[in-house]
Order: sequence, then C-alpha cells, then structure tokens
Amino acid sequence: MRIDNSKAKELRQDFPIFSSRKNLVYLDNAATTQKPEAVIDAISDYYKSSNANIHRGVYKLSQEATEKYEASHKQVENFIGAGNNEVVFTRNATESINLVSYGFDRTFKGKNDIVLTEMEHHSNMVPWQQFAKRNNLRLKYIRVKEDFTLDYDDAEKKITDKTAIVAASHISNALGTVNDVKMICSLAAKSGALSLVDGAQGAAHSEVDVKSIGCDFYAFSGHKMLGPTGTGVLYGKKELLEAMAPFNFGGDMISKVTYEDAEWNSIPMKFEAGTPNISGGIALSEAIGYLKKAGMKSIERWENDLLKYAMENMKNVKKYNPGLGKSAGILSFNLDNVHAHDVASILDMHDVCIRGGHHCAMPLMNKLGVAGTARASFYLYNTYEDIDMLVKGINEAEKVFRR
Amino acid sequence: MESDDSNMYREHILELYKEPSNYGTIKNPTHQKTGNNPLCGDEITVQITVKGNKVEDIKFRARGCAISIASASLITDYAKGKSLNGIRSIGSEKVVDLLHIPISPVRLKCALLPLQTLHDAIGMKTEGKNGTARNK
Repeated sequence: MRIDNSKAKELRQDFPIFSSRKNLVYLDNAATTQKPEAVIDAISDYYKSSNANIHRGVYKLSQEATEKYEASHKQVENFIGAGNNEVVFTRNATESINLVSYGFDRTFKGKNDIVLTEMEHHSNMVPWQQFAKRNNLRLKYIRVKEDFTLDYDDAEKKITDKTAIVAASHISNALGTVNDVKMICSLAAKSGALSLVDGAQGAAHSEVDVKSIGCDFYAFSGHKMLGPTGTGVLYGKKELLEAMAPFNFGGDMISKVTYEDAEWNSIPMKFEAGTPNISGGIALSEAIGYLKKAGMKSIERWENDLLKYAMENMKNVKKYNPGLGKSAGILSFNLDNVHAHDVASILDMHDVCIRGGHHCAMPLMNKLGVAGTARASFYLYNTYEDIDMLVKGINEAEKVFRR
Repeated sequence: MESDDSNMYREHILELYKEPSNYGTIKNPTHQKTGNNPLCGDEITVQITVKGNKVEDIKFRARGCAISIASASLITDYAKGKSLNGIRSIGSEKVVDLLHIPISPVRLKCALLPLQTLHDAIGMKTEGKNGTARNK
C-alpha cells in the first residue's frame, strides 16, 4: 500500500476516535497511538464469544482462547523475524526490559560495566542503574553528538570485553533519531556482551528484523503500535531465554511443582506467570495485522513525508532532530523563551495534541540544556492538514508570547 | 481565541512571566529549598530571610512555564511580610485565586509547585500532590 495524504484520510476512517472527535489533531503518537476499530472489536469479541482461561480447560472454549493467544505470539514472531518460541508477552516495553535485567542478576563474571546511550528513555536506563547497583557494575554512556546522532566512535571505545550488557534504543522517543543498532549489537557481540534494543518506537515506526539487527533482546509495547495498553513484547534469542531466570513465579510458568520446589515450563510460559492479558494479546495480533496490511515500509515513507512537510513549515522553532533520512516521524522543538508546556497548552486550545516535557529522558534534556521540549510525533493516519493545524497553533503561541 | 474565557494566557500572566517579581537570589537566606515537578522537569529554588518570625525577604529562581513563573511571582509577593504561621496557612485555593485564570488539573501542578516549595523551605510537611521537593 502506498500512503499519501488521501490514503491517510481514508485510513483515518478505520479509527473511531476521529469520528467521535471531529476536530482532533492527534500528534502524540510516540506516547501512544489511536486504535483501529478492528483492534477494539477484537477485545470485545473475545469477551463476547471466546472468553475462557488459557492453558487450563479441556473444554472447547478454553482451547479456542488458548489457540488465539498462542497464534498472536506467532503473529508477533513473524512480524519481527523471530524464530519459534522467541517471543514473550509482557505488559509493556518497560516490563520487558526489567524482565531481562532480573533474569541475568549475578550471572556476570569478570565484567565491569554496562553501556547505554545518552538518549535512553528512563525505562531503558533506570532498570540498568538498579542492575548495576545489584551487580556492582559501572554505567557508561555512548555520547550523543551535536547533530543529535550517536557517536559511534565513542561506542567502539566504550564497549569492551569488560562490558556485561549493551542497551540502546532503536529510535529515540525524544529526538526521533534512528540508531544504527545493528552496528551497536555487533560491537556487543564481538565483546561478548549481551545486547538489548529498546524497540518501543522502533517496532512501531520501522520495519524490524531482529535477526538482521543481531540483537540478543528486543523490547517493545503494543499500545504504541495500534494495540491495546497493557501489552508488551520481549524477543530473546532462544538459548538466552532458556538460560535466563524468571522473576515472576506462580501458575502457568511451571512444569512440575512439589511442596519443596518447582521446575519451569517451556518458553514463553516460563516468563508469563499467572493469567495474562488474553484479550490484549489477541488484539495486539489484530493491530499487527493492520500494520502489515499498510506495510511498515509505507508507514516509514509516509512519516518521512510528514516530517519533511513539518520541517519546511515550522520555520521559527529550534528543532532537536537529526534531519530527514536519520529520523523517524518524531519532531522535538522549542520556541524561543516559551516553555514547552505553554506551547502544548496553546495547541490544546486548537485540539492539537502534542507532548510537552522531558519525554522521560531527563538526563538528555539536561545535556541539551532545556527543561523540556515540545514534541509532535506522526503515524499513518496523520495528514498534511494536521501539520497545518500544528503550524497554526505554533504561530498562535508565538503571537501570544510576543504581544 | 484570544478573547476566549478559557484562555489561560491573559495579559497579566504573560507580564508576570516576562518580568516576574522577586526573581533572583538572596545572599544569606535563613531558609531555602529547590523543588521540581518530575512530570515536566520544571525546577524552582525559593529562598527566604526570616527575621523575628516574619518573612523579611523572599526570592526565587526557576526554570518553568508561564503558569509556574507567574504563580511564583504572585505567591512570593503575597508571602512577603507574613509570619511563618501565616505562610503555613496559605492553601492551594489562594494560588488559584491570585492567578485569576481558568486552570486545568494538569496545569494546576505547575501553578502549585512554587507554594509547595515555599512550604518545604520552612520545613512544612506537604501532601506531595505535585511533584517532590528535595534539598539542593
């Protein structure tokens, strides 16, 4: 499918929120996306006609729910190029990252540090800070350059055979920068370090093939890619998921329990203790179906067209973006002497939703020397008219503060 | 839009944002505190000189939005000359009253940060509704 402005308008009709709020200009897709009717229906259909607990009942209804839930794991595996049983469902990318950090506690011998990047979201920073404390490791950060891209020379220097884990975002939620995670993961592999890619934006805004990236782990959230909240994914190489210890214990994750001890179930069940978000998992599969139909390459291209149009039309703002070809459809900006919250509030008066703040990247904002930025982030249903409204709102903000 | 009643950005707010009262630092304050709003990264430092149980001088420095700067300006003006007990009894409704604009619940957090930091500066326990204040 080729997405252009008229196609985007057509796609918009699949999203009920745009008919219930006619004037809505939704440009906060990096925070969460809107949901197509098919996804919303999948949730209610499950409860209306397939509701039963999974992996338990011998009756048809339970088997059907189990099959659907397992099929949605397959759908995800297929979407990111993972092998069989290499995908674990979680609540969100944050939980996926925490799962890995707990799973490898006390397993590193002769390692001194963890390498992250300066542009990480708190969710790919705070778990590692805690991991570093628990495991007596030091944190090192790959530098972000003036042009808002990663300093790969610095990455080569910092990732050494003393590095236990390298964790980096695929696409920065604050800057839009698309990182060369393939290169980072290959540096990690050469140094004998584990690699984890935070794909919260990556899986939503680009075509992902985990085998080609060569990462050990890839984490993402369903709600940032048309799926329901409370759905997340952890991809892990099979042998690593097998080696990794679970941190959530209980039903479904065991194969055998005695009064004294227990043995773990196979993957993914080993990491999915308790009754999971069954309806959410099934609806996530529906969301991926929708994205596949649109085509991730087409989405990337359309976001790039929107970004180009926004860059050209947003003249009087300071942009925190590496530029076309290096960025996904995420554009952080500031108006001179106007706080990002005020920009967001004035835009809200025009029903334009953008984010204003630190984007859960406080250390990065400090490095940039700002309290925060305003951020517009695009998705397949956004149009040039949405950006016109954004520009109009920015001009308005400028007028309000210059009068 | 500018004549809209729902507009928070009225003339008096913008003027306070551009030229706030009591902006700056006190050399040897008797009390001081830095507070921040983790939601948006805003930060404010409030310094006061208390003499004979009265706020003799009060200053603030901040990195924040128009609403929080205007609020800091108004609340520091209001606090000047008050006793410590008088300051303790200032409630959030006073801030809303002083701002004199319609304010959404989210932006109320911005507006209340200065008062909360002032309360923290004089060692008052706060409800912790809007962000956290910490020593600096």
